[in-house]
Amino acid sequence: MIKQLSQRLLGPVTLVLLVATIWLGLWVTPPDKIQGNLVRLLYVHPAIAWVALYVSFGTATIASALFLWRRTRSWVMDRVAHCAMEVSVVFIILTLITGSIWGRPTWGVWWAWDARLTSTAILGVLALGYLALRRANDDPTLRAKRSAVFAILSAINVPIIHFSVQWWKTLHQGATVFTSSRTLLVHGSMAWTLLISFVGFTLLFFWLLRARYRLEVERETNQRAALEQALIARQREGAL
Amino acid sequence: MFRVAWLVAKKDLRIELRSRVLLWQVVPFGAMALLLAGLALGPAHAGNSPAGPGLFYLVMLFVALLMINRSQVIEATPGTRASVATLGLDPAGVFLGKALALSIELWVSGLVLLAGTVLVLHTALHGAILALPSVLVTLIALALAGTLYGALTAGGEGASTLLPVLCLPAFAPLLIAGERSFSAALGTAGLWEWWVIVLVAVLAYGGVGILLYGVLEES
Amino acid sequence: MMSDPLVRLYGAVAFANGFPLLSGVDLELSPRSLIVVTGANGAGKTSLLRLLGGLLALSSGEGMVCGVDLAAGDLRQLRRRVGWLGHEGSFYADLSVKENLRFCAVALARPVTEIDAVLERVGLAARADTTTKQLSAGQRRRLGLAWLLLRRAELWLLDEPYASLDDQGRTFFDDLLGEVTNAGATVVVSAHDPLRNARLELRTIHLAGGRVKED
Repeated sequence: MIKQLSQRLLGPVTLVLLVATIWLGLWVTPPDKIQGNLVRLLYVHPAIAWVALYVSFGTATIASALFLWRRTRSWVMDRVAHCAMEVSVVFIILTLITGSIWGRPTWGVWWAWDARLTSTAILGVLALGYLALRRANDDPTLRAKRSAVFAILSAINVPIIHFSVQWWKTLHQGATVFTSSRTLLVHGSMAWTLLISFVGFTLLFFWLLRARYRLEVERETNQRAALEQALIARQREGAL
Repeated sequence: MFRVAWLVAKKDLRIELRSRVLLWQVVPFGAMALLLAGLALGPAHAGNSPAGPGLFYLVMLFVALLMINRSQVIEATPGTRASVATLGLDPAGVFLGKALALSIELWVSGLVLLAGTVLVLHTALHGAILALPSVLVTLIALALAGTLYGALTAGGEGASTLLPVLCLPAFAPLLIAGERSFSAALGTAGLWEWWVIVLVAVLAYGGVGILLYGVLEES
Repeated sequence: MMSDPLVRLYGAVAFANGFPLLSGVDLELSPRSLIVVTGANGAGKTSLLRLLGGLLALSSGEGMVCGVDLAAGDLRQLRRRVGWLGHEGSFYADLSVKENLRFCAVALARPVTEIDAVLERVGLAARADTTTKQLSAGQRRRLGLAWLLLRRAELWLLDEPYASLDDQGRTFFDDLLGEVTNAGATVVVSAHDPLRNARLELRTIHLAGGRVKED
């Protein structure tokens, strides 16, 4: 009952939260003292980056680990990992685009050799590599195992890439919402807008994941039907 | 595990000694790439350039890609794959053996290219010698990572083109760490954090390879 | 007393690239027997052998080979118990004949001292130090036999073993098949046509469309 209700409400609630983010971000919140109206982009960019780097990549990694673990191995985990990684690619691209639009007036260039920017781009290539790897293997079990190992390797790589690029060079601003001692830096309508944005984009991820998962199940059903047809044709070949 | 590792490493190195692919194909490719790097910098900047360590590692990555591919191609024919599969070798041993052979091959290429960097790009000889330990350890990390990524793509469609797509993002931190520690040896950068990156990579790839290499085998 | 079958397949289906290589094989093979699998090109002979060797995944159906469940068992354990001779080159082309055999022997923890005797037996003693890529197709086949002799496998899977062998090689091979089955091994041979060798007691299975058509 609760599951059904939450499934039904996921789409509308996501839509309401995203519309609220746009409304609050563009019309209700004030311009920033230093950044002016450019700050409005920051109501979407950090939330998209949060989904790209943590929620979707994290979901894909956890599902991959659960697939490799014999006790929890199931095709559901493989599908979740695959679908989450596809959604991750979309969010990583959006992170780079929104970051770039913000970076142009702030830093004067579309692309800067900044730690987060560079590591996000590398992560994007890793996510694309995951999808390319899936296309390269026909055997479903081998494909699932190899892509699961690659997802885990990529997750291990994320902190290594992040620290290496950060130590190498960084321009990106530090913590925006909290200081390192957990003191809130954003207040009032700005804080609420940020919170709604984070929840909205997180729900958007789960909504997209569910839609993509359903599509995948349908694709597999069609594929199974095609395989059964091929099997019948092959058996007829033997009966001649 | 170590018995199998030694057996596989000896076999891979013996094949390399016979076929001389490293000597006649990979090292000349690396030398040419280094020359092209000098040409790309232009006559005013090619000599004694601060880009020397970075270019050395960039060329080294391309050389590593060729060698990783070669390491997998040894077993690429379906007959050989089937025969070797029926030996039921311990996958962790196979992983360590292939990584050991690849490390030695990369060391050989690395030494030649390091000499080339000193000769062609005029990188200081004493700096190159001081950088040698970090170069050798970075190449071990490359070999461990490369062996894993090579197995991920083995037998798949377009394996040789997929390999760089999977490898290069993972090699990025090693390129940075290698370049920085080389520059540190030349006296232009700090050192310790780059050793941390390389050592973490060695442990991470070594651990994952020992645990999961068997999962990557074809059914 | 009837012994338990070494191979049991029920409705075994195996797919590759969306094509059903095997479309429902039902088969039982007894230990210490010699089985010839015949059929036209594309009938599924090689695929059946690969399935039995744990080299091809079982997509559906049931399968038990040498006590290992093909669907859920440890295929690495099964592979260690089979000997495979494919019709393509099965060795490291840049290693010598002896080096290939030494690799096999050490991997399987067999004494390397047996290598010389095995080479003598297959008629390759004079070629022991020759690089494998310099061998003729027939000599490579003999090397394959040496590899198998060294293995002492429980189940021999031989894909088109007579290809490239001269008359002397074929006779030698027939003798060998009789000898290994008498010694307790089960041998499955794929061939285009049924074997017509009166000296061997064999069972012929005909495949068509990825299934057993005649037994």
